[in-house]
Amino acid sequence: MKHLYDVIIVGAGLAGLRAAVEIGKDAKVAVLTKVFATRSHSGAAQGGIGAALGNEEEDHCEWHMFDTVKGSDYLGDQDAIEILANDAPRAIYELENLGVPFNRTPEGKIAQRAFGGHTRKFGEAPVKRACYAATRTGRVILDTLWEQSLRRGIEFFDEFQMLSLIVEEGQCCGVVAYELSTGKLHVFQSKAVLMATGGAGKIYKTTSNAFASTGDGMAMAYRAGAPLEDMEFVQFHPTGIYKLGILISEAARGEGGILLNNEGERFMERYAPVIKDLAPRDMISRCMLEEMRAGRGIDGKDYFHLDLTHLGEEVIDKKLAEITSFARTYAGVDPIKEPIPVQPTCHYMMGGIATDADGRVIVDEKNTAYAGLYAAGECACVSVHGANRLGCNALLDTLVFGRRAGIAIKAFVPSAGRPKLPARPETKDADTIKALMNSSGKESSGPIRAELQESMMENVSVFRQKDSLNTALKKITQLKKRYQHLAIQDKGSCFNRDLLDAIELGHLLDLAEVITRSAINREESRGAHSREDFPQRDDQKFLVHTMARYDAVKGPQIFTKPVTITQFEPKERKY
Amino acid sequence: MQCHFTVYRFDPAADEKPHYQEYEIAAEPTDKILDCLNKIRWEQDPTLAFRSSCAHGICGSDALMINGRTELACQKLVRDFKSGNNFVIEPLPLFDVVKDLIVDLEPFFEKYRQVQPYLKPGKNTSGKEFIQEAENQEFIEPALRCILCASCTAGCPINRANPDYLGPAALLRAFRYIFDSRDSTTEHRLEKIDADDGVWGCKTMWWCTEVCPKEIPITKCLGQIKRAVMQKKKGG
Ligand SMILES: Cc1cc2nc3c(=O)[nH]c(=O)nc-3n(C[C@H](O)[C@H](O)[C@H](O)COP(=O)(O)OP(=O)(O)OC[C@H]3O[C@@H](n4cnc5c(N)ncnc54)[C@H](O)[C@@H]3O)c2cc1C
Ligand code: FES
Repeated sequence: MKHLYDVIIVGAGLAGLRAAVEIGKDAKVAVLTKVFATRSHSGAAQGGIGAALGNEEEDHCEWHMFDTVKGSDYLGDQDAIEILANDAPRAIYELENLGVPFNRTPEGKIAQRAFGGHTRKFGEAPVKRACYAATRTGRVILDTLWEQSLRRGIEFFDEFQMLSLIVEEGQCCGVVAYELSTGKLHVFQSKAVLMATGGAGKIYKTTSNAFASTGDGMAMAYRAGAPLEDMEFVQFHPTGIYKLGILISEAARGEGGILLNNEGERFMERYAPVIKDLAPRDMISRCMLEEMRAGRGIDGKDYFHLDLTHLGEEVIDKKLAEITSFARTYAGVDPIKEPIPVQPTCHYMMGGIATDADGRVIVDEKNTAYAGLYAAGECACVSVHGANRLGCNALLDTLVFGRRAGIAIKAFVPSAGRPKLPARPETKDADTIKALMNSSGKESSGPIRAELQESMMENVSVFRQKDSLNTALKKITQLKKRYQHLAIQDKGSCFNRDLLDAIELGHLLDLAEVITRSAINREESRGAHSREDFPQRDDQKFLVHTMARYDAVKGPQIFTKPVTITQFEPKERKY
Repeated sequence: MQCHFTVYRFDPAADEKPHYQEYEIAAEPTDKILDCLNKIRWEQDPTLAFRSSCAHGICGSDALMINGRTELACQKLVRDFKSGNNFVIEPLPLFDVVKDLIVDLEPFFEKYRQVQPYLKPGKNTSGKEFIQEAENQEFIEPALRCILCASCTAGCPINRANPDYLGPAALLRAFRYIFDSRDSTTEHRLEKIDADDGVWGCKTMWWCTEVCPKEIPITKCLGQIKRAVMQKKKGG
């Protein structure tokens, strides 16, 4: 089936919806999403969204900008970070005016709380910058933007899974998508495509991410020639529930929660004397592993205690509601009375499809645009998070740059021609599916995925070194070979998860390869990328973005792109 | 430990009528029921269809029936049941089955859209946020917990008898906007909902509250709407 639109937005998380709301009726737009829109993983965001409103105490956009630059270990592009920080208050007021039910201060203003790495006066002490709605911040913003999209009559294709981009003469002119309920392929022709497909946490065994977070958009754009930027920077959040990875938001520490080792010591005081448990995530995750190695994990094991018991029932129930119920349901502990067992969990991809600050996908170090292709949200890399993202900056990123992509697309559409589609653009995907369905191979997705996730967790997580990275790369290469012999047992055409699992696994493998290759290439330690064989940051050689370009034969081809530095010269990062 | 699963199967394209299929799996007491379903799918039967995404009770994908009760498969663990490790898994009632445990929720969302689920604020010239009392935000807070899993609507006996009834989820959304002090159309919202198929469809049977996996006091919220409708009538 064929559809004709001006704009196709792939993804109905905050980034996709914010762009859709921006475009509204100014162009004919459709949103495709593989899970029903309100099931998007943005809804899982708990803690908050950052903006220097100064509602609780003095704050300034410039402080926010500085914290983000420093948090990124100076790898973030400062022009883009400036946009992020300066546009944040506007973005929050806009959300509030659209209906987002933020918690309130006694004066009726938007309430704010402390979050990791956000400080006053360039690092003096934590500052209350995160706007929140209990621990359902993502959920209420997702609901609001979805409802606003309904109000604007945006067309949704829910449970449509994009399979590939259609590119003709260097211009992106649509997508091929698979309808989950019928198994039919649909061709969506458009002048512009926005990728807003979210993260890829499912590359790792322990993750806070959803089953749907398989990096489809990154992988598909990569395959279509768009370079992936800074993929070696994968965020491990320090407080996932032990063994499960389910997130206990940083808000728990923002409200006063502390981390304890097996001696009952608040160990972060030793590593970050000024902001302690509110140090950035890369640092806390590293400290936890070091404590573990020193035998100070709880019971000598690989987890720690997140203690909220001193906060009192009122704070826990009112401001951390959802967290309490997660701890009770999944860990069987009542955080009012006992500490929660936690360990680092794969949480966020700092890297992604390289874009400029207006959501245009770029193809080289000179910011040359990929005609008709845009990206925003977690699947994109602007880059505002550099080597390590600060808490509550991801939601902000989706809104600020989702909107900017929307504005850029609106400006592009009227002047853009509609390139002729290639004849039967769905043929390639149809052939791939047919081959998978008819394959007599002996492999299935489950074991390959599990081995990939284990290997990545073991070798390419918080600490890395040459040998472990090479081990992972070898494993990925083997798994890719086995992937060629994958067979689908479900021969049906209605909600065939077996088939979709296989397709998504292909993306995970591609991205794991890019992450590992990029990590091998970066012989230094910066932010979330911590090389035990190169423990220092090396600004001489590596104050650059890693770019990885697809090559079907040779694998990812690495080149670099300069970092934009405007106000803040790189300094040693201490907290 | 060994667990025995009896799972509802139906593929309208291939089957004349539904049947139940049995599976034996090894599971830990701390495994979620969703983990068990995944195990069945990954290790024994890739054709079993169900929805899931977040796996921790936030996205609302996997509401279904476990041993005759509406639950989120990702929010219930094996150890939560005292059924001797026997589990019967069925799709949500009320809705048409698309395949196995997947139902067609379009009628559910259609009702939802009917209540105009978006803020219609008055003028705000401050260039900043509307001022809203903390108590007002707290009053609507229960409704913000809704994840649109459709458990309540599927469980409501009135909905089963009267397909035109808006149902608890849509009314809960209406509640959220009626009582949001920033909305300027409260009167209009109350008028629209003052109907037999609107808020008066609710006969206070509490089933929705009983099944809600987010423990939202739905019936109580609908009671607040009823009271507001009555007050408005009295007032003029
Ligand atoms: C548990 C958790 C808590 C978090 N808390 C916070 C927080 O407090 N503050 C903060 O700032 N950040 C937080 N984050 C990070 C933040 O939530 C995410 O980075 C952000 O929401 C991503 O939004 P997105 O719009 O880019 O993608 P998502 O919300 O992940 O949406 C992706 C969309 O793409 C669609 N999609 C994907 N692939 C395809 C395909 N092939 N075809 C069609 N559609 C497709 C999906 O269906 C979905 O609609 C948290 C993250 C997690 C996991
Ligand atoms: S999978 Fe999201 S609610 Fe269960």
